[in-house]
Amino acid sequence: MQQTGTERVKRGMAEMQKGGVIMDVVNAEQAKVAEAAGAVAVMALERVPSDIRAAGGVARACDPRIVEEVVSAVSIPVMAKCRIGHITEARVLESLGVDYIDESEVLTPADEVFHLKKDDYTVPFVCGCRNIGEAARRIGEGASMLRTKGEPGTGNIVEAVRHMRMVNQEVRQISVMSDDELMTEAKNQGAPYDVLQEIKRLGKLPVVNFAAGGVATPQDAALMMELGADGVFVGSGVFKSENPEKFAKAIVEATTHYQDYELIGRLAKELGSAMKGIDINQLSLEERMQERGW
Amino acid sequence: MVMRIGILALQGAVREHLKLVEACGHEALPIKRVDELEQIDGLILPGGESTAMRRLMDRYGFTEALRASDLPMFGTCAGLILLAENVVGLEEGHLGKLNITVERNSFGRQIDSFEAELDVEGIDEKATAIFIRAPHIVSADTGAEVLSWVDDKIVAVRSDRHLGISFHPELTDSTVFHQFFIDMVQKYAEAGFSVGT
Repeated sequence: MQQTGTERVKRGMAEMQKGGVIMDVVNAEQAKVAEAAGAVAVMALERVPSDIRAAGGVARACDPRIVEEVVSAVSIPVMAKCRIGHITEARVLESLGVDYIDESEVLTPADEVFHLKKDDYTVPFVCGCRNIGEAARRIGEGASMLRTKGEPGTGNIVEAVRHMRMVNQEVRQISVMSDDELMTEAKNQGAPYDVLQEIKRLGKLPVVNFAAGGVATPQDAALMMELGADGVFVGSGVFKSENPEKFAKAIVEATTHYQDYELIGRLAKELGSAMKGIDINQLSLEERMQERGW
Repeated sequence: MVMRIGILALQGAVREHLKLVEACGHEALPIKRVDELEQIDGLILPGGESTAMRRLMDRYGFTEALRASDLPMFGTCAGLILLAENVVGLEEGHLGKLNITVERNSFGRQIDSFEAELDVEGIDEKATAIFIRAPHIVSADTGAEVLSWVDDKIVAVRSDRHLGISFHPELTDSTVFHQFFIDMVQKYAEAGFSVGT
C-alpha cells in the first residue's frame, strides 16, 4: 500500500533540501536563473519582501498564474507563501501542486490568533520561528520544516543571527534538562510538552531549520551555515542585487563551502553591490514582520 | 575488514547516510573535495536536488573525476539520476555508471510523494521505501539487474559495483541497503581492485 502525506514523506522532502539555497522569484525568467545557479527550490511570489515593504497595503498569497508559470518553467521544487491562518489560500496553493507552502509572516496575517493546522494537509509546510516556543508550536501544528524569521526585506542579517543563535541555544539547554524541568520549560515557553520531549531525545530539532530574513551576501549565507543553519532562504538578496546571476551562483557555492574562506573571498570579489539594506533600529515595531505569528 | 565509505557532501541528506554507514560498523566520511576520493573504498551519492548537485559537481571537478573513477557507488533518488547513462529530457546523462534510462519526478509532485513496503531482490525482509518527488527507471539494459518494482515502474537496479534506487533508505532506521552496498564494496575490494590505500 502506498501512503502519501506521511510525516516522514513531508519532513523528508525538507531533508533533501539541506545544504542548499531556496530563492524568491516573481516570474519564470527569475526561476530559470535560480535553477541554473544551483538553487534547490524556488519560492514563487508576487513581490520580494523588500518590495512588499515599499508597497505597503495588504500582502496576500500570489496570483495562481505566477505559481503555474514558475511550476512549468523549472524542474526543481516550487514553494509559495500563504498568509498566517489563511486556510483557503493554503488549500488553493495545495491544489495548484506547489511542493511546499510557507505560512509566512512576510504576508499580512489573516488570523491574529490561530495558525493553520498544518498536519491536516498532504502538502508540507515551512514556518518562521525566533525561539524554541515558536519553533515547538509550529512543529506541534504540523510544520515539516522551520526557518528563522530574521527581518525580511532588510538585507540585514542581524535578526536571522539572533534567531538562529536563540533556537540553537535553547535546543542545547533542553537536551540536558531533567524530565521535571522539561514540563516547566514547556509551560514557560508555551511549547507542546511532547515536542520538547522529542527535541530532548534527539538532541536537535526534529525538522530541518533554514536561515531566512536578511541574507544579502555570500558571507551572510556562509555565516548562517556556520551558526548551524541546515540551508538558506534568500529573498530580496538575489534579484535586488546589481548582478543577480552572479549573486545567485556565489551564494549557492558559499553555502556548500561555508568554511572555505579563500573561496568565499574569491566569489565575493567580483560581485558588484549587494541589495541596499535597512538598519533594524529604523523600523518601528509595527514595521517589523518578525512580530507577526503567535 | 572496515570499509571507508564516502558520502558526496555538496548538498542533500548527507548526515543520514553517515549515520547508517556507521550503524553498519564501517567508517563514514563526508566528501567535499575531489582529492578526498582517494581515501575511500566506496561512494554514496545522496538524495537532494540533482540539478543543484550537478552544478556543484561540475564546478569542483567531481563530474570528471567520478566519470573516470572505478569506485563502487550507491545512489539514492537524486544519486540514482546522477548514476544513470540516460536521463529523459537531458541530452547526456551525468556520470553514466548504470546502463539505465531514468525519468525525473515521475511519480508526480511532492503532494504525490509516498511511502511503501517493497520486496527487493537480495534482501530478505520487506523494505520501507520513502519516495520523494522520486525518479523511476524507464529501462534497465545490459549489465543492470532489476531489484525492485512499484507497480509497473522499476525502482532499484544494480550492476557489479553500482547500486541505484529511487527512494530514501536514509530516512528510515533500516541499514539493509547500506549493508547490501557495503557487501558489494567489500567484494570488490577483496578482488583486489580497491583504489583506497
